[in-house]
Amino acid sequence: MTLVFAGVCSHAPGITGRKERADPIARDAFYASLRRLRDAMEAQRPEALVVVAAEHFANFFMNNMPAICVGMAESYEGPIEDEKWLGIARTRMPGAPDLSQRLTEQIMQDVDLAYAQEWKFDHGIMVPLSFLTPRHDLPIIPVNINCQGPPLIPLKRCYEFGRALRRACDIAPERIAVIGTGGLSHWPATPDSGRINEKWDRTFIERFLANDRDALISYRDEETWREAGQGGFEIRTYVAVAGVSEGSTGELWCYEPIPIFAVGCTVAVMNIGRKEQ
Amino acid sequence: MSLYSTQKLIYQLNRDPGVRARHASDLDGLLRDYDLTAEELEAIRAPDIGLLYVMGVNGQLLMHFAALHGFQWNAYIEAMKEGERKYGPVRTGLYSRAAARL
Repeated sequence: MTLVFAGVCSHAPGITGRKERADPIARDAFYASLRRLRDAMEAQRPEALVVVAAEHFANFFMNNMPAICVGMAESYEGPIEDEKWLGIARTRMPGAPDLSQRLTEQIMQDVDLAYAQEWKFDHGIMVPLSFLTPRHDLPIIPVNINCQGPPLIPLKRCYEFGRALRRACDIAPERIAVIGTGGLSHWPATPDSGRINEKWDRTFIERFLANDRDALISYRDEETWREAGQGGFEIRTYVAVAGVSEGSTGELWCYEPIPIFAVGCTVAVMNIGRKEQ
Repeated sequence: MSLYSTQKLIYQLNRDPGVRARHASDLDGLLRDYDLTAEELEAIRAPDIGLLYVMGVNGQLLMHFAALHGFQWNAYIEAMKEGERKYGPVRTGLYSRAAARL
């Protein structure tokens, strides 16, 4: 069993780009939870980190939009955004192309994937990595699930992708960590930015922590769009991590609604037998 | 197709330093490469962030175009609100309930 860690966290650009404008108590509690996530992940001594993310038209556009794409590059540069705007300095991070190819070939036994040997990370990956791998020395395998707009991959297939990723990890000799990153309810980059549906978020989190597959895949995009905004489509990353962690439940380490960050800032881990590793 | 072209221009501006350099030095030449309406050309040139939002440009693209033109976060949000007041509701794309096709 070589999946050694699985968790989720938020990735909104305000987390680093507008940090001075947040309520310091809520912000610092969230930051502390991200540090705890880093410590817990490092304790499992991963050799590679798979980041299941939802990018925002940094690499993929409507001319050729993959439902799910896996990075297979030697290295990655990020952030693609203005460094000052995001509050993260541009850097280069190692990839894990050989492992990525093996995982991809295995996953493709069950789920169709695209792959990319060129990829510039946007805030969807850089914000989590700035907390979880600040030395940028852990090889990264990015995964993008299109969460930007329809047609969107059904949630049941996100869960199946997660299950296939788990099977692929478990036959690889490397120790692998998986982090899903996305927002729950949010209306990012629109006049409604800062609106957060805490009740909706907490119901989703409860279902995620219970790894209640049927409840997780029951969300319909029209309902999500209405109650959780277009940003709510990013629950796909959480559903994938639930699939990765099938049979395990999770722990919530943080939920702090921070309007200037535009999301309910979330950190959670799945109990996949970390103590036994 | 026209919203597609507007968004593709902004997508390429956001990710390609070469396109940004051309935007600064040869805007007319750059815009000729895209199939844009007169209204879209005007909105890009101004730039009119509110009009681009009402036209349906995705905020994940638009916020970086606004930042490129010096809009701070609050000014960007306000520009979109002003666009709705001036031009009416979002016409198409993900933010238009009628057009979202979910």
